[in-house]
Amino acid sequence: MEIRYWNKEVETADRQKIEQIQLQRLKTIIASALKTPFYSRRLPVAGIKSPDDIKSLDDLRKIPFTMKDDLRQNYPKGLLSVDTSEVVRIHTSSGTTGIPTVIYLSAKDLDAATDIMARSIIATGAGRTDILQNMMSYGLFTGGLCMHYGAERVGMMVIPAAGGNTKRQVQLMKDFRTTVLHITPSYLLHIHSKLAEYGVAVGDLALKKAFIGAEPHSEGTRKKIEELYKIDAYNSYGLSEMNGPGVAFECVYKNDLHLWEDAYIVEIINPKTGELVPDGQEGEVVLTNLIRNAMPLMRYRTRDLAFLHTEPCPCGRTHRRLSRILGRSDDMLIINGVNVFPSQIEEVVMKIPEVGTNYQICVEKYGELDKLIVKVELYSKMFMGEAKQIDNLKHKIAEELKASITIKPAIELHEPGVLPAFEGKAVRVVDTRPKL
Amino acid sequence: MKIKQISVFLENRKGRLYDVCSLLGQKDINIRALNVAETESFGILRIVVNKPDAAVSALEDAGIVARITDVIAVEVEDRPGGLADILKALADEDVNIEYMYGFVEKSSDKALMVFRFDDVDKAAKVLKKHNIKIVTEQGVREL
Repeated sequence: MEIRYWNKEVETADRQKIEQIQLQRLKTIIASALKTPFYSRRLPVAGIKSPDDIKSLDDLRKIPFTMKDDLRQNYPKGLLSVDTSEVVRIHTSSGTTGIPTVIYLSAKDLDAATDIMARSIIATGAGRTDILQNMMSYGLFTGGLCMHYGAERVGMMVIPAAGGNTKRQVQLMKDFRTTVLHITPSYLLHIHSKLAEYGVAVGDLALKKAFIGAEPHSEGTRKKIEELYKIDAYNSYGLSEMNGPGVAFECVYKNDLHLWEDAYIVEIINPKTGELVPDGQEGEVVLTNLIRNAMPLMRYRTRDLAFLHTEPCPCGRTHRRLSRILGRSDDMLIINGVNVFPSQIEEVVMKIPEVGTNYQICVEKYGELDKLIVKVELYSKMFMGEAKQIDNLKHKIAEELKASITIKPAIELHEPGVLPAFEGKAVRVVDTRPKL
Repeated sequence: MKIKQISVFLENRKGRLYDVCSLLGQKDINIRALNVAETESFGILRIVVNKPDAAVSALEDAGIVARITDVIAVEVEDRPGGLADILKALADEDVNIEYMYGFVEKSSDKALMVFRFDDVDKAAKVLKKHNIKIVTEQGVREL
């Protein structure tokens, strides 16, 4: 198998060299962090008043974890280390409690993130002669733009198709002889189920590869995709807090994902105790971004559960590999690639006067796609006696949820007392999707 | 002139309509007219009964979502074009009908229609003007 590299020296560096790069970059990040309102309060308490207080990588562990809540509470500028005139782009999450999280990138940060993305693409064997159809959302979500920039840097022809409109997607694939897709696995499977309807056979397409990410998926799902389309599918991992996709990516051997350790320090911890767990053992992924200075983020608890491989990879890359994501240590749901917290749904439905006190969130597989169903009870005092009112109410709940979580759920209205009541901690989420 | 109709929110569940009717039966409440408007996931049951206030409290006590709505019941002459004449009078005066349903009066040969108007008062005026007989609350009780 031909192995190609984007930056061979770094990608195949020995552990000592990798750690040397990490230490040097960590010091730079500390210097930036000390300029932010958030870390300038937090680091001195941990005994870090200047980059010189970091003598070895072990000193990283003096720094307390940074949580998603820290990002929310310090929205919009608490983690910004530079003047906004230095910032060339922001990305934000949807707001769980009305407050989103924001990520800032300077020109230099964007350049570094793009380079890592290009590295990820090359690791899969894709290259400048390939044509990439990017079906992730563009805009505030990082999935679209981050891949777009990386692919352009590789020199691929990029089709910025974004999500949705399946028929047009297939037409684009056919007309432009798309060879590589960037897509969620569930959408890729869904498209396959529509091909016959459009009169298109897999053989009419020129597909060779797919980068599948933004939602956890099983090895079985990958195999299914590879067999249905006769392509190679590569697992990708990333999160907006770390710049988006390209934090870790599979190489041609498809034996889990190389996590680019010169750009990110990875720790796997026990989510309950916060203690490090040994390599090979499952725990929560904690990341320190080493390539972004406008908004430093250290020891960020991703809530993703995975483990690290340390044995060498035949591709020659020395960066440790991250397993596929095995689950979450919090209650976040990933629905067709979109992150949704049950609290976001609660926030919306409980504000609607016609809704009673009880609700339930159901997630099901509907064909290849995830389906979100929000069940609410009608508040009897607000019932006006008209069917039109009920229809309007369902429409209103769906629209308000869409504005908050970006997905439009199906709404079921029930009579009071129908949804399960809870005496202790409520179980509001019923996720019947098959386990990974 | 207005009479009380009870609207009941019913989700599509087996036996739900039975629950409501049997409850009213136990409370000695007589249904005079009935209509069900249904969608794929829920239905609205509309009933005219002899004791509307008692019916609503019985339903609410049983945790059933119910609400009183004002409607107008009119007598329709039982002849070809009898209903059409009424509808023409309403249309000519720009009165909008939200929904309607019919029932039969046992004591006479007249048909009865229940109308829900978006403007009940205006509708009542128009009906009176055209000498269309409106059934009173008392009338409903005595049916």
